[in-house]
This record gives sequence, structure tokens and C-alpha cells, in this order.
Amino acid sequence: MSRDLTSTPDRPPTTVVPPRPADPVPSPIEGSRAFGRTVAVLWPGVVAFVAFVAGWKLVAVIAGLGFILPPPEEVGARFIAAWADGTMEPHAWTTIVEVFLGFAAGAGAGLAVGYVIARSHLVERLVSPYLVAAQAVPILALAPLLALWFGPGLLANVVICGLIVFFPVAIATMVGIRSVDRRLIELGRSLRASRRQVLVTLEIPAALPSIMGGLRVGVTLAVVGAIVGEWAGADRGLGVLVNLARASLFDYPLMFATLVTIALLGIACYSLVVLAERRLVGLR
Amino acid sequence: MTGPLPAPSTRPGRLVADDIRVAFRPPSRGAPPTVALDGLSLDVAGGEIVALIGPNGCGKSTFLRVAAGLLAPERGRITLDNRPIAAPDDRIGLVFQEPRLLPWRSVAQNITYPLELAGWSADRRATRLAELLHAVGLEAAAGLRPVQMSGGMRQRAAIARALALSPDVMLLDEPFSSLDALTRERFNLELLRLQERTGTTIVIVTHSIPEAILVADRVIVMTPRPGRVAAEVRIDAPRPRSVELLDEALVSRAAAEIRAHLELSENVA
Repeated sequence: MSRDLTSTPDRPPTTVVPPRPADPVPSPIEGSRAFGRTVAVLWPGVVAFVAFVAGWKLVAVIAGLGFILPPPEEVGARFIAAWADGTMEPHAWTTIVEVFLGFAAGAGAGLAVGYVIARSHLVERLVSPYLVAAQAVPILALAPLLALWFGPGLLANVVICGLIVFFPVAIATMVGIRSVDRRLIELGRSLRASRRQVLVTLEIPAALPSIMGGLRVGVTLAVVGAIVGEWAGADRGLGVLVNLARASLFDYPLMFATLVTIALLGIACYSLVVLAERRLVGLR
Repeated sequence: MTGPLPAPSTRPGRLVADDIRVAFRPPSRGAPPTVALDGLSLDVAGGEIVALIGPNGCGKSTFLRVAAGLLAPERGRITLDNRPIAAPDDRIGLVFQEPRLLPWRSVAQNITYPLELAGWSADRRATRLAELLHAVGLEAAAGLRPVQMSGGMRQRAAIARALALSPDVMLLDEPFSSLDALTRERFNLELLRLQERTGTTIVIVTHSIPEAILVADRVIVMTPRPGRVAAEVRIDAPRPRSVELLDEALVSRAAAEIRAHLELSENVA
């Protein structure tokens, strides 16, 4: 499933791998040609997914220890059941809200601090040791403390999530803004651009590819942050459900179904950032 | 300092530099500062075309940056139509050695960028854009991105951008140095056609003696660093100019004179 995490740009039709021989020969009708093309674009992903599931099944069978690694069909069935009977949904929503708020807060702060650091050497010297120290302390160790300070629940988890998102976004923003071509800034000055205009029309667009890279890393970490926070103390969320399924219910298929949900959430978040990036940067 | 000028002095765009000195901070402590310009004085009449020529590192580009209001001189005054230039100014259009287009914008958006910064409405920008695209012959390229164009087309776009706010003075820093000789000649002539229509004062920095003679009313030869005016050579060729109409004898005489001044100024240093 991890192969979905790398963004593969849409390939032009000329480089598309021809359909497998087993596929029916595309008829000359336009519609089925488009269908054939879609199949040709999608099949590597489908093959990889099938191989992944088959490998999983193989390990589960060989190991013969179904309760440690439930086979994929069991997890799949539990996944559907958990969503159908409403077990999964409230937990998933809680996590989604935490991820969303935490990412927004962390990325917002990261953008602002990264910009200031990039533009002021004094601020960089003052702030960066703390920044790195905060990043070096494992969030896992901080989480219980934050849960104590902010009370277990939404606020603590949003803070944890925001903290973990902050660093990569701040660094990516700093690097991006620093690498803006000074000659473009001079052009802006020669055209009497205000500070705000320089920021909006030159610095942000020029730094955008780098910033989007930071947001990509940040958004996947946001999911990690939310789950870690939920482990440290919460009564609802996918992290809580993982713990519950493992330690209280001994429902390993549910635990794996929850992990699948978390993975899907991560992929969805990442894809949204990639989509935004293509809209903003892809035109160059 | 300068004699009677061919252009009537009532035209806007008279650029006067008086005793300009620019020194840059030394690279290491205790070292003497790098003096780029010292005692540079220049009087460019409205509508006049002046070429600055001189050895590498003689401060030609530095002077343009002072004239564009990007760099404050340590000493001396620079005025445009008797108003001091202390900061970048709408009356001045600057063309850099490289096009300096914003790669994420289309040609059209690059050309209208100064208008956008100046707060023009979209309607006014569109009208002005059409004029500018026509002036530089880029009508068909409006939607392209800089990466999709040749170096020459990019520099045309940069010129259109510099013209956007109808400046009284155009400052060009070796604008065509990256083009091949033939294209360069064509671009110089196009620049002259543009200038005939707009009446803009032009100060162009160049390394090329033929280029200077082709475009300029006056060629200013600068000394090596610290730069100041070593000599000036008047090019008394009629306008509008073309390659065929340029008198061979006049060209070779002017070229010899410029070359002599260049060598002389280098030997002095």
C-alpha cells in the first residue's frame, strides 16, 4: 500500500505500458480505447496491491498464527463490519478532526516561524536551538505530559499533532524562502513592490515547491501525532480503538482494520496535499 | 559639461548624475573598501540615447543601479527632470542583463506585473498589455511560460515589462549580451524603433563597440574602477538608423576613437 504514497505524475499516453496479453484486444471504438488506456495506467497499481494482499495471506498461512496476523479476508470483513455497525465511525471522525486542526495549527505556525527565521539571522540564532531541541525530544515522551497539561482529549491531541507538524513545515519554509532568487527580489524592489507584495507575488510563489514538500511530510506526521496523542490519553479516536481492540477486546481483526483505516486516512491526507500542490505548482 | 544636444531640452527624461561615488564594504575587516564609482558625472538629455562602454568591473552596472534608485551613492546627486532619484521610480524602466521573468507566470502576466504592483484594474491592464505585446511583437506568445520561449523572446518580454508604466527613461544593462550577433543587431534596431515611438531616454550599458555605435547618440567611455567618464564620442549619424544607412567611414572612425579612449583609460590605470 505504501507505493500509493509516492506521487506518480500522470504519464502521457505514449509511454503507457501496453495492456497485458490476457486483456481483450481494445476495439476501435473511442470509448473502449479510453477504457483500455485507463486500464493501462492503473494496472501496475492493481498488480502491486494484489501482490501485497497475496504476500500477506501467504505469511498468515505459513505462520499459521492467525491471531497475530489475521489473514487479509478476515481483516477486510472486519473492516466492512466495523464501518457498517458504527464501531469505526466516531473514532475515525475524532481522529480526522484532530488531524485537521493539528495540521492547520502546526503548518500555520511553521510557515510563519520558518519565514521569520529565513529573513532574520538574529531570530534564527535565538530560536533554532530550541526548535531543534523540541524536535529531538520524542513526541512519545512529551505526549503524556501534554495530556496532563491540557487534559486528555481534543486539545492535547491537537497540540501534539501541531507540534509534530510544525518542524518539517518550518524548515521547508525557511529553506524555500532562503533560496528565493535575490535577483527577483531586486526586480520587485525596482518596481516599487511593497513588503506585502514581495511576499505574495515573489517569495511565496518562489518558495512554494519547497513549502509543499514540507507540507507533504507534515500531513503524514499529523496522522502519527493524532494517534500518539490518543494513546497517551483520550477516550475516543483511532489510536484508542487500536488499544481497545488489542488489550481489552482481543479483537485482532478489528485492530488491523483500524490500522487499515489509519493508513487510508494518511493516504487521503497526503493525496489532498499532492492535489493542492499540482494545482498550485504543477503549472510551471 | 556637455555641449549643445541634438534633442530639445524640453523633452522629459533628462537624467543628470553629478559627482557620483559608490564604495562597497570591504570583503574583510581592515581591507580598503571597493570603490566602484568615483566622481562620475553625466548629463543625458530627454530622448537621448547614451551607451556606456568600459572595461569589465568599471562600475557600469553599478551606475545603472544608482540611476534606478536601487543603490544610494555615498556621495553625489542624481536627478531625473530635476527631481532627485532616491528610490525606485515609475519614471524609470529597468532591463537587466538576464530577462528576470517570474517562471511561474505567463508572458502576459510577467509583462503586466508592474501594473499589478501599481494597482491597475484588470481592464486597464488588459488594454495596456495588448499595446505592449504589439510593441515587442509577442502577441502570439502571450500565454506561454518563460521556459517555453527562446532567450530572445524572453528578453523582449522583459523590455515590454520595463515599458509597461511608460517610463521617461529606460536603463538597459547589457540587455542583448546573451544573443548571437545577428539577433543582437536586429534587437538593437527594434529597440531604436520602439524608442522612436516612445521618445524615451535610453541609457544602455554594453561591451560591444558596434552595438554602441549603432544605437547611441553619444558613447560614454568609462575608466577602469573606480569608474568615471573617460571620454565621450558623439555618433553623428542621422535617425532613424539602419545597418545599411550607417556610413562606413563614420562607423570606423567612431570605433577607432572609442577603442583609443578605452586603451588610453586602461593604460592610465
